Amino acid sequence: MAGGNLRDIRRRIASVRSTQQITRAMKMVAAAKLRRAQERILATRPYAYRIRHLVGELVAQLGPEAHPLLEPRAAERVLLVVVAADRGLCGAFNANILRLAEDTILSRYAEHREQGRLSVMAVGRKAHEFFVRRRYRLVGDWRGIFQGLRFEHARAITDRLVRGFLEREWDAVELVYNEFKSVVSPNRIVEPLLPVRPASLYGAEQAETGQRPVYLYEPDPEALLAALLPRHLTVQVWRALLESNAAEQGARMVAMDNATNNAAELLRQLRLTYNRLRQASITKELLEIVAGAEALARAREA
Amino acid sequence: MAKTFHLEILTPERVLFSGEVLSLKAPGVLGQFQLLAQHAPLVAQIDIGVLEVVFPNGLRRYFATSGGFVEVKANRAVVLAEAAEAAEEIDIPRAQAALQRAQQRLREPNWDRARAEAALKRAQNRLQVAARYGEAG
Repeated sequence: MAGGNLRDIRRRIASVRSTQQITRAMKMVAAAKLRRAQERILATRPYAYRIRHLVGELVAQLGPEAHPLLEPRAAERVLLVVVAADRGLCGAFNANILRLAEDTILSRYAEHREQGRLSVMAVGRKAHEFFVRRRYRLVGDWRGIFQGLRFEHARAITDRLVRGFLEREWDAVELVYNEFKSVVSPNRIVEPLLPVRPASLYGAEQAETGQRPVYLYEPDPEALLAALLPRHLTVQVWRALLESNAAEQGARMVAMDNATNNAAELLRQLRLTYNRLRQASITKELLEIVAGAEALARAREA
Repeated sequence: MAKTFHLEILTPERVLFSGEVLSLKAPGVLGQFQLLAQHAPLVAQIDIGVLEVVFPNGLRRYFATSGGFVEVKANRAVVLAEAAEAAEEIDIPRAQAALQRAQQRLREPNWDRARAEAALKRAQNRLQVAARYGEAG
């Protein structure tokens, strides 16, 4: 019986150890992907900054009535873009962002939801499944884009957002996503995207320099602004996708690190139990042998 | 000393080029234009086409672009392009695949024609730029 018990524990040790190897490998993969994701965020900054600056210049010059994408409207119909992950095994990453999205809906758009004036664009498989289960009206199918995330994805999403806004499918668009602050503290945010608020365009640069250079515009400023605004929005969406991707990898790295440590602790306890049991069975055998020998000796004396 | 200006070519995915140059030719939507040092402040939209950069030592480099913007200010020029590649770095098989895909889509009735046509033009442009300037480097 003791032998059977020992074999069970040996089997469990082997199984925990192989799980640990997997979680350790997943942690390393997540760490490598996180590094890459952070580099991509940094690489997009110079472009994003210059585009915003140009849009800011033009809006400052032409005024906020210059383009329909700048026009604030009563938010009759609202679209929420919710960015989660395609895969799990990343701790509470998906659960947290989906809860924030749902809280936002309950606290601000409950009426919109009841009256069918709320749509959701769910980015990532986990978001898609969540909102399908709850019977939300979904815009597009954006499952699987995080396996091989490309700029074209941001462009396709933005095209859809802009078209819907201009055709009055929705009057306001908000973005719910994880901003990558650090591995331990991702920052979950709800950010208005459409209409474009002029205040979001003026960087520090414009505030400090009083006089602007007098630009030549080719073609006219209105046409340039019309071409620039969708590109500006595309970069915003691209950045959100990259931030979320980095936060996801960070969350997975932490989750897999915890799992690896838990496995180590479990192994320590299992080995302890195993050794204790083994020691006990040896002691028992010894006692039996000694008792047997004594019994024999006593029999011989008698 | 030759008169130069600072040029940056930026895409959402990387800083493609940054350095001192003598001149930049770009495919403006109102016609091709050339920038030299001390150009007046300018914001221009550019079309699908090729950017030609001339360096102080006389060498030239070419970049295929899918369109974007050029901003000039204080002897600095910035090209903002959603997609741009140096001629020698163009992935020819990929561009050919994109070309065929676009042609295929143009034959199908359900595809968004404007998008397919734009994709076709981009692929053709990349192949042209690669063929004409890819080897020269």
